[in-house]
Amino acid sequence: MSQQNPPGGKSNTNDGELRVIGHARRRVDARAKVTGQTRFADDISLPRMAHCKLLRSPHPHALIRNIDISRAAAYPGVYLVLTGKDLPIEYGILPVSQDEQALCLDHVRHVGDPVAAVIAREELIAFEALEMIQVEYEILTTISDPEEALATPTPRIHDYGDEGNIHKRVALEFGNVDQGFAEADEIFEDTFFYQGNTHLPIEQHASVATKDPDGKLTIWTSTQTPHYLHRALAKVLQMPAAHIRVIATPNGGGFGGKSDPFNHEIVVAKAALVLDRPVKICLTREEVFYCHRGRHPVLMKFKTGVKKDGSITAMHLQTLIDGGAYGSYGVASTFYTGALQTTTYHVPRYKFQGCRTFTNKPPCGPKRGHGTVQPRFGQEVQLDKIAEKLQIDPADLRLRIAESSNAVTANFFRLSTVHLSECIRRVVKSSGWREKFRKLPEGHGVGLACSAYLTGAGLPIYWNKMPHSGVQLKFDRGGGVTLFCGATEIGQGSDDVLASIVAEVLGLETFDIRLYTGDTDLGPVDLGSYSSRVTIMAGNAALQAAERAKALIAEAVAERLSIAPERVRFAEKRVFDSAAPENGVTFTEAVCLAEARFGTIGTVGSYTPPKSPALYKGGGVGPSPTYSYTAAVVEVAVNPVTGWITVPKIWIAHDIGRALNPTLVRGQVEGSVYMGLGEALMEEQEFRRLPKKLSHALVHKFPSILEYKSPTSLDMPDVFTELVEEPDPKGPFGAKEVGQGPLLPVMPAVANAVYDAVGVRIDEVPITPEKIMKALAEKKAGRSPRFGPSHFPHVEWPEALRVPPPWEGGDGNAINDVPRREKVKPAHQPQSRTPEKDQVLSS
Amino acid sequence: MVTISPVSQKSAQIRFTLNGEQTDVSFAPYKTLLEVLREDLNHTGTKHGCELGECGACAVLLDGKPVLSCLLLGVECNGREVVTVEGLGANGALHPLQEAFADLGAAQCGYCTPAILLTAKALLDQNPHPTRDQIREALSGNLCRCTGYLQIFEAVEAAVLEIASQNKPA
Repeated sequence: MSQQNPPGGKSNTNDGELRVIGHARRRVDARAKVTGQTRFADDISLPRMAHCKLLRSPHPHALIRNIDISRAAAYPGVYLVLTGKDLPIEYGILPVSQDEQALCLDHVRHVGDPVAAVIAREELIAFEALEMIQVEYEILTTISDPEEALATPTPRIHDYGDEGNIHKRVALEFGNVDQGFAEADEIFEDTFFYQGNTHLPIEQHASVATKDPDGKLTIWTSTQTPHYLHRALAKVLQMPAAHIRVIATPNGGGFGGKSDPFNHEIVVAKAALVLDRPVKICLTREEVFYCHRGRHPVLMKFKTGVKKDGSITAMHLQTLIDGGAYGSYGVASTFYTGALQTTTYHVPRYKFQGCRTFTNKPPCGPKRGHGTVQPRFGQEVQLDKIAEKLQIDPADLRLRIAESSNAVTANFFRLSTVHLSECIRRVVKSSGWREKFRKLPEGHGVGLACSAYLTGAGLPIYWNKMPHSGVQLKFDRGGGVTLFCGATEIGQGSDDVLASIVAEVLGLETFDIRLYTGDTDLGPVDLGSYSSRVTIMAGNAALQAAERAKALIAEAVAERLSIAPERVRFAEKRVFDSAAPENGVTFTEAVCLAEARFGTIGTVGSYTPPKSPALYKGGGVGPSPTYSYTAAVVEVAVNPVTGWITVPKIWIAHDIGRALNPTLVRGQVEGSVYMGLGEALMEEQEFRRLPKKLSHALVHKFPSILEYKSPTSLDMPDVFTELVEEPDPKGPFGAKEVGQGPLLPVMPAVANAVYDAVGVRIDEVPITPEKIMKALAEKKAGRSPRFGPSHFPHVEWPEALRVPPPWEGGDGNAINDVPRREKVKPAHQPQSRTPEKDQVLSS
Repeated sequence: MVTISPVSQKSAQIRFTLNGEQTDVSFAPYKTLLEVLREDLNHTGTKHGCELGECGACAVLLDGKPVLSCLLLGVECNGREVVTVEGLGANGALHPLQEAFADLGAAQCGYCTPAILLTAKALLDQNPHPTRDQIREALSGNLCRCTGYLQIFEAVEAAVLEIASQNKPA
């Protein structure tokens, strides 16, 4: 039961032939999904269950002077009314941002911040009773965007953070960029804006909590991160975590939006404990918009120096980030806006400055591609401009500067396999790029862009040395194999990944594996379904557990067959002599032999990512065991009269290492393309001021599915997907991520295609007909044919941590900071010794 | 402030056919068909994503036609015939649409799936050989955030072939 890492990349389980992995299969949970039997959180109903509704602030920024709950509490059918004083302990997903209260105690920070909860016999009664709660507010100045936040240090939205309403400022410099710019033949400076948008999972968040008969707490909830919720509940409820059971129900879509511990989860847990009866909450769609944690709006400035041949000499990126009302994952998001610029193309000198501000809007957080999507847009559009100026084909430019396998980047991220060039070659060929680029008739165009993404964050949210994922396997005399793991099924197919790996190793079918996942009582910890980490981390843990079981069973069977254990093979539900396949036993008999020989058969596996060479402060965000790569070509048709954009076809190639189940992989690629196209063309989380004669409050412009535009089946283009399958030694059977990476190139490829079609640059997302019309008007007037932000505001940046890149003799530490190379600590060092502020963050 | 008194929870009653079975149910008169199905009849296969008629996740068949059950009052369904995802298969076997959706990756999180299956069934009942564009059009009121729709289209097309081969005289 050692915690040693599995070697990964194994594919020699049996005779080398893969019978499950790599074959297009019905996913293990498909039958439940197509019969409507998947039990989502709101499908759970328990005897005596009460219903909860939250009273939310109508003001974007105010102090709570008084709350009178007496009328609501006396209303027939109301069981309980909770306010901030019942749940005063602050929590938050990151140790450095413990800034939320389940119910606001004295300060509301955005429209929709919850101030009270009513728990009643019926949902309608709870709704009615909300109206009877009287709250006196003292209105405060509203901070509506980052520039306002920079200019308005008081009133502070939070009493922590770097300064005023600045949550976090970071500055890192890898090599002397000024010297890099001096060596450049051309320097490009561009500003871009990426509007915020939201996940819009079709399932609204729901939770059911109950006090178990023995007095412990169980909560079923639509969360992507049951382990982190488990910790938050223990903290806020002041209960031992061992007395709390979190069951992550299959999520009806997540995309990052169910990755924070949420106020409604804590409220129903508290209410269930107080009332000693089950309590359910299901958010309305409007409330889901207020939960948000979606894409941060980011203003970016890229300064990039290049040689005439296109090679980059230096890059300087500044980001100004609209964080919304709370910390959420924001510190990690801030670092992510500057993390992955170096992972696609060779950038020898790189400087990054990022600033996240608080504003009085629903909190932003992690959405698919977390923090890396916005700067990827800027970088890829700027590369298109660079290619044009240097008169190099954009595909060729990228091929010249693409990173290569096993490189260590300027910011000390160790890459594993990199097949970006192959991805580019594939889409160039399949799309007919050479025949189309700059050659299609006016109004039609093609654009190309690339990206990289993490295959799992290298560090957990809270600092610890334990594995990131664990799997237990149990074998019974009937030949049954049961898998226990904290991994959370959010639709991406994590259950199928786990089943396929175990089935492959043991010569079974995925249907033979029984799965208990996402349950903190039943399975070992998996940190959650975020950062594209489940396939590599839970997958490698499952691989290790299965290999260990296989060794036990093989030994017992070898004894029975009187052969060496190395000759034992597992396939088609049999365990047999590879030299004489007819000589063998059924898998069920094999398990019985092993149980007779060794006692009850159960194995565990676990996974911890390799240590990163990025030792500087902030270097915890961005390292990954390996990165996926993607290239995409988008074709657009733009109507020059209306600006209307249609996208007839997209070609995409993704470096996945190996596709464990090609059906699911294609679904992840196409789903990413879909979501990226929505962001490119229409999705935006917009706000507006109510008229002055009303409250002048800053409100969500359209917290409804009808007005928040997302692509329908009529908007979805044909997608030609190619998978580059070169197994990565870090991944189980060579697999890398696919859930997020393929989203990233879509938005810049659309922008680049629009330029090819009508010759205007839209340096902003979403790319709407209105913006195209404005840019066309500029073009017609002989001005810069562009729509986008005009300036990047002044930010007081801190002194950059200077980290010499590997090729300048750097060791991963900053030269102007205390070295952070990890020292070997005594075995029993208490974990709390690490100051929270210094914890390296990741998501 | 107006004093509101709680509404009687079971004052409405209807008799209708649910998945081929005559069903009597009592419920609060303000409830939508969606709520009656999920809360009073424990048919939780029908989902909800907005309860405002925007997402399509609650579609069921009413007298064979797809309707949004969140926009229909339970009391409007007296004497009508309702089919939900629970009534799609027959005799322990899945409907060809369900088989195709399961095999071809058309269900990822599975939340929009029941409504899409029923909407697709209504299409195929009307038009056994729809074109890709007709499938796109028929499903345009059902939002799916996971798949990008393409595997859904392919699954519907696969089911078309399967149904046609089942109906072919031997």
